[in-house]
Amino acid sequence: MSDLFDILLTAGFWAATIRIVSPLIFGTLGELICERAGVLNLGIEGIMTVGAMAGWMWVYQGGGLWGGVLFAACMGMIFGLLHAILCVHLGLSQHVTGIGITLFASSLSYFVYRMLLPSATTPPKIVPFQSIAIPGLSDLPIVGAALFNQSALTYLALLTVPIVWYVLFRTPVGLAVRMSGENPVAVEAQGINVLAIRTGAVMVGSGLMAIGGAFITMSWFDAFYFGMINGRGWICVALVIFASWQPRKALIGALLFAGLEAMQVRAQQSAGAFIPYQFFLMLPYVMSILAMIVIARKTKYPQALLVPFRRGERV
Amino acid sequence: MATQPVIEFRSVTKRFGTLTANDRVSLSLDRGEVLALLGENGAGKTTLMNILFGHYRADEGDVLVDGRALEPGSTRAAIDAGVGMVHQHFTLADNLTVLDNITLGTESLWSLRQDKKRARSKLDAMIEDYGLYVDPDAFVSELSVGERQRVEILKALYRDARILILDEPTAVLTPQEAEQLFSTLESLRRDGLAVIFISHKLHEILAVSDRVSVLRRGALVATVETRTANREDLAELMVGEAVVRPKLKPLEAGPPVLEMDKVSTRNGALQEVDLTVRAHEIVGIAGVAGNGQSALADVLSGLEKDFSGQVLLNAQPFSAGNPRNVVASGVGRIPEDRHSRGMVGDMEIWENLISEDVRTAAMSKSGFLINRSAAIDRTRRQIEEFDVRCEGPNAPTKLLSGGNMQKLILARALSRNPSFILANQPVRGLDEGAIAFVQGRLLAARARGAAILLVSEDLDELMSLSDRIAVIYQGRLSEARPGSERTIAELGLMMAGQSDRGEAA
Repeated sequence: MSDLFDILLTAGFWAATIRIVSPLIFGTLGELICERAGVLNLGIEGIMTVGAMAGWMWVYQGGGLWGGVLFAACMGMIFGLLHAILCVHLGLSQHVTGIGITLFASSLSYFVYRMLLPSATTPPKIVPFQSIAIPGLSDLPIVGAALFNQSALTYLALLTVPIVWYVLFRTPVGLAVRMSGENPVAVEAQGINVLAIRTGAVMVGSGLMAIGGAFITMSWFDAFYFGMINGRGWICVALVIFASWQPRKALIGALLFAGLEAMQVRAQQSAGAFIPYQFFLMLPYVMSILAMIVIARKTKYPQALLVPFRRGERV
Repeated sequence: MATQPVIEFRSVTKRFGTLTANDRVSLSLDRGEVLALLGENGAGKTTLMNILFGHYRADEGDVLVDGRALEPGSTRAAIDAGVGMVHQHFTLADNLTVLDNITLGTESLWSLRQDKKRARSKLDAMIEDYGLYVDPDAFVSELSVGERQRVEILKALYRDARILILDEPTAVLTPQEAEQLFSTLESLRRDGLAVIFISHKLHEILAVSDRVSVLRRGALVATVETRTANREDLAELMVGEAVVRPKLKPLEAGPPVLEMDKVSTRNGALQEVDLTVRAHEIVGIAGVAGNGQSALADVLSGLEKDFSGQVLLNAQPFSAGNPRNVVASGVGRIPEDRHSRGMVGDMEIWENLISEDVRTAAMSKSGFLINRSAAIDRTRRQIEEFDVRCEGPNAPTKLLSGGNMQKLILARALSRNPSFILANQPVRGLDEGAIAFVQGRLLAARARGAAILLVSEDLDELMSLSDRIAVIYQGRLSEARPGSERTIAELGLMMAGQSDRGEAA
């Protein structure tokens, strides 16, 4: 037991937590924006894969790091647009479309990777984003290493939380997005185009998801592997529910999950001798399910989530 | 001096496929005037207003606001021209605040901040001016129906509407809330707003409007000054023939069919209810909604079994909590909410119609297959008999109007010749023609020998249809006594909780 407390006091644990949480923040906020507009985006797992591959490939082919992030976001938005066309404009099932997008986007990413690098046996590497120590603050114990000695993309992730909150809850366009997820008829009755709002929200959300994927190959690791998103997209979908569709709670939920993840790696090392490591691997997921059972049962979810809107239909 | 009308419809025609919803309708409306738009369900009132508000595009004809033609099919243009609409089904988001609901779409989408402070002061002023009290920071889900309607009206006024359309505004209100709405309309009229009030309730129209335009099957049949109109004439204009609501003929009551003895539900919604309904008898239950009517109906329709006391049906024990046996033992049920409890909208008419009879020999083959041809045959016959206007047995039930859906429920309930009929709000929301039809059928069932329990909030209806009336208040039921022994005023007091003074008189 005391081992666990020791882990909590190491700077390495907190730095790892903040690193692990970054892609989850992008993904969760992206999903949150989509769902606030009334569209479930189960394409997230595939869109993160696209982002991871596209961003990395851009840099590998000689582009700059920020150019890679931008390129990943654009690719994500293209798949977001595809999702929006299918389930916003054509009103198809959001579940089926989303899973289809995930399968299509991940397979396409692997295909393109193999096309461009047919003979690579060990995955080639790029020079990823480096840590930027904030002068002064980075010398603080524990907090310094955790919060003020991270890569630029992590700072961006943390900054995205208040930005998304502000846009959703303090601007007219954010209100229109939220209203589209609650009662699209009310939005239409004000002469605002629901389909455009939803399409825009899905595209922006998908862009953020792709940046989350890009973080993994460009800031956490330095190469692209098959299967490296490894269910992080699905975790983001669960985190949105955990967060009751609130950006601030999304950050808390993501931190909780990332902390458990960082903890389990260390716990494996210290206690692995007498507890099978699979138990620790499972831990974050079990805790997430328990948290969902306690919290998610009472949440008010967007009332028009999953409900397609068709203009001019007799109601 | 001839003033410019605020709104003018010029020969507006709208077709849906082969159906002509509006047929060359011409209307005009002045400042400070309340125009009632009267018509049965499906007469084209809402369609006409949806054209004005840009939800639909007219096939022919123009709509002019202040003498200028309104851009067709554009809600934005209608709002900008000063038209505000309060839909029958509110367009509010439950999980957002009143303020957010009202300000949506009033600012440029791309401005960087909502100006909530300015919005709040403007809203507060309007709330005071018109007495439309509601908390701007409350979530809509916390509001009563009446308050939600106020939010809808505020939404229109916030956009500086000068023309307010109210589509069946009282359908969902309690009588007290309706009174409040009428006084709000009066102050709006004084401020020079033009109001279009859609309804099929004659007494309301006579109370609030300056003029009445009557629509029938899509065409405008007359526009009359309200001062010179009376109830009977308007009903006749609306239906196209003189409407006579059926009257109760005295009948000797038969043996008891339903007997309830000290029935209390565990949750306290019913407390020691004693009630007897005899053959050839209609017993009316009066009461303000939420005083135990639903619990009573649930017990008698077999949905609630958690109660104490005794219920006998034809002197046999009642199959409490078992809807199938309840129906089989001779209970016909007309549920309060035809959409959620009465019918499955996505299923076809014939499926709904035989749903209580699927297991009977007549409707099944080899004991487990549905005898489709027999079911369709029966549906055809009953569609004919109950005058259900629809495309046929295979039409989706949700396409039926309220009145036709209610006729279908009536057909299903009456097809077994039930000895006891539970009629819960059987004519709520129906138009005059359908009301007369439903009430006539219930009286025919009474003549045949059925015992009927009629639950209603409309005292006029209860007075004209019931042999005896009881009042339910906070789960307690008063003694059922003949309608002639009590006045409407006395019943009203009992509904408000004053105890029965009948004996003292």
